[in-house]
Amino acid sequence: MYVIIVGGGQVGHSLARLLMAEKHEVLLVEKDPARYSKLSEEFGESVILGDGAELDTLMDMGVNRADVLVAVTGMDQDNLVICQMAKVLYLIPKTIARVNDPKNEEIFQSLGVDATVSSTRIIGSLIEEKIDAGMFIPLLALRGGEVEIFQTQLSSDSPIIDKKISKLTLPQNCIIIAALRENQIIIPKGDTILKENDTIITLVGKDAKDTFKKLFL
Amino acid sequence: MKIVILGCSRVGALLATQLLSGGNEVSVIDQDPGSLKRLGRDFSGKALLGIGIDEGALKKAEIEKANVFIAVTNDDNTNLMAAQLVREKFKTPKIFLRVYDPKRAEAFKELGLNIICPTIDTAEKIEKFLSERA
Repeated sequence: MYVIIVGGGQVGHSLARLLMAEKHEVLLVEKDPARYSKLSEEFGESVILGDGAELDTLMDMGVNRADVLVAVTGMDQDNLVICQMAKVLYLIPKTIARVNDPKNEEIFQSLGVDATVSSTRIIGSLIEEKIDAGMFIPLLALRGGEVEIFQTQLSSDSPIIDKKISKLTLPQNCIIIAALRENQIIIPKGDTILKENDTIITLVGKDAKDTFKKLFL
Repeated sequence: MKIVILGCSRVGALLATQLLSGGNEVSVIDQDPGSLKRLGRDFSGKALLGIGIDEGALKKAEIEKANVFIAVTNDDNTNLMAAQLVREKFKTPKIFLRVYDPKRAEAFKELGLNIICPTIDTAEKIEKFLSERA
């Protein structure tokens, strides 16, 4: 795949390395000349100096043939505009943006960014994971927020424990994808019985979200 | 009319005072207190410290009741994001924004935004002036 990464900070840098190690074609775009100099020592021609929101830079990047464009600069507004330009002008199949302020994830997805990653939200989730059982931790939002994946730990008074999954009335558009129990990963089937302290990973459609939360609590 | 202006740049400040004297209700948001000073002590509209891409700041400026939203910060991307956020989330009837980069201006005009590009306008004015003089 040909992946363009805009933003040569920590995230962009590490991502570039990771993708190259997996033999993808990568182009890293960085607008700060000093940072670019350092990056070119490691990446050579796989890094260019430019602003990913400028049309000229996009052309230089060979943006038309990119499979994925990832915007990971430190500013949400830059990431949004970069993804929009790539999507609208060049019909890039997949755009991914880093969103620093988790409250912006929704607007990004309404405006056509295919996937958003909020490190703040993920780190917050990891912290909360250590603290609260019964909290719904959002892991990933897909398809413009239409589908979300949640993680939650089942408490002793959860209505869905100690029953076969086939006997539970889950809303439409709601699937329990996995249950994590001590060292096991259980892919649930009809006769699986969930237990207190199981951490479940659930896929939920937007319209089923409220029903799902009420049900599990 | 109720007007929310993002960016107390020279344009923002000028618009704010003019629209206010035209009898409108005006709120101005800027993240820099120094910029808000451009409004002067006698400004009777609302001057708020905040970031325009933050819903909280927009709500404080009463965007939900606004008829007009104007984004004129010095950063094109901020103006583009704020305008789209306001359009999608608050559905404010009239939205205007300034975008300096002519190419970005053209691209986003295609998405239906009311964009004013001073770069293009200035160049056109000078060209017109030159051709008239010739």
